[in-house]
Amino acid sequence: MIEEPFVHNESPMQRLDPRGRMVIAAAYAFVVASADSFTALFMALAVSMALIGMARLPLGAVAKRLVVVNGFILFLWVVIPVTYPGSPLLSVGPLAATWEGVRVSARITIKCNAILLAFIALVAVSPVAVLGAGLGRMRIPEKMVFLLLMTYRYLFVMETEYHRLTRSATVRGFRPSTSIHTYRTVAYLVGMLFVRASARAERVYAAMLCRGFYGRFHSLHEFSFTQKDRVWAMVMVAVLVGLGVVEWMN
Amino acid sequence: MHISEGILSGPVLASGIALAAAGTAIGLKKLDADRIPRAAILSAAFFVASLIHIPIGPSSVHLILNGIVGLILGWGAFPVILVALALQAVLFQFGGITTLGVNTVVMALPAVLGYYLFGRLVGRRARVSLPAAFACGAFSVFLGAVLVGAALAFTERHFLKAAALVVGAHVPVMIIEGIITAFCVAFLKKVQPEMLPGKR
Repeated sequence: MIEEPFVHNESPMQRLDPRGRMVIAAAYAFVVASADSFTALFMALAVSMALIGMARLPLGAVAKRLVVVNGFILFLWVVIPVTYPGSPLLSVGPLAATWEGVRVSARITIKCNAILLAFIALVAVSPVAVLGAGLGRMRIPEKMVFLLLMTYRYLFVMETEYHRLTRSATVRGFRPSTSIHTYRTVAYLVGMLFVRASARAERVYAAMLCRGFYGRFHSLHEFSFTQKDRVWAMVMVAVLVGLGVVEWMN
Repeated sequence: MHISEGILSGPVLASGIALAAAGTAIGLKKLDADRIPRAAILSAAFFVASLIHIPIGPSSVHLILNGIVGLILGWGAFPVILVALALQAVLFQFGGITTLGVNTVVMALPAVLGYYLFGRLVGRRARVSLPAAFACGAFSVFLGAVLVGAALAFTERHFLKAAALVVGAHVPVMIIEGIITAFCVAFLKKVQPEMLPGKR
């Protein structure tokens, strides 16, 4: 099931203006992504953990997300050390893991986790509806915001639709396997999902027009950039500059 | 197809963002305001469909479906895929902020090219349209994998071998995507041919 596990808790983080959080998260991600020194990266990891603390997130749920994403990273650990040129660290048969390759993999792992933790703490704590409304106040084109919010709105509907289709396939005795029959069934199922989506879109849009829709959703969420937001944003900018300086010195 | 955070270099990330922004701007321009609800609901369907895992031997792969999205939406694939990826980042933390641009280009550019290369053929009779649909699905995944490889190789020339592995690993996915796209197009031709390009 698609869910937002991080939005249901009250924290000092959630009370900050989502627009400020999104901008800082993006700036932070780009600074960390372009850092290379291990000192700066470990500092970033510490900052990210502090942000998670500030957001008072359930650590179990955060860990679960990290495990999934680090699965991709694991693939890199298999590939990069043996394909990267450098002095061999460990050789097994014809394959040799290089010291340089291990360093590159370690750097990527820390970067990825630091950015991810900060993203969870800063952005994923707000529901998409609030984030979308926030983007709308940040000169993101109105059409884009509408597309985002509308997609989010129908995500759950389409998921239910998909479960209905798979359930009825199961009831008819469908069991997925590596066979052309499976692929055909899945393809028809996907096709049906698109057909239903398209039909629903027509009905929904007609109903929206009936209710006077003219191209945008209105949000009742009050956005206010308060003194607290200003102080917090300044602290975060100082942290970013600090990371930059450490990176530059190394 | 996702590149995680922290792998690519600044210049590669920046070019990804620039290309994605340009493609999205064109796509939004081509999507009239009254077609956006349809694009959004299709985007939601695409998001859900890309979570489907299908078995292949002892393992499984998840569908990418950028070929079929391109056939249905044309240039609209750019904003739609951007939105789907942004939602995946917020809801599952797949992909991420810095890689949003690159990942959008990796999936949407092949979708748009596939639309131009195969769109007209798909509208023809079954003997032409099914191979064309297969080619469109397989091509979209292939080009996506090549773009991922290019992003890696431009980041660091020592990633070249890893990039080749990425493309190689996508060969079974290409075949499956081709088969699924062909069946899906055959289905849509029977049920709702006006969703596909060609005959209108």
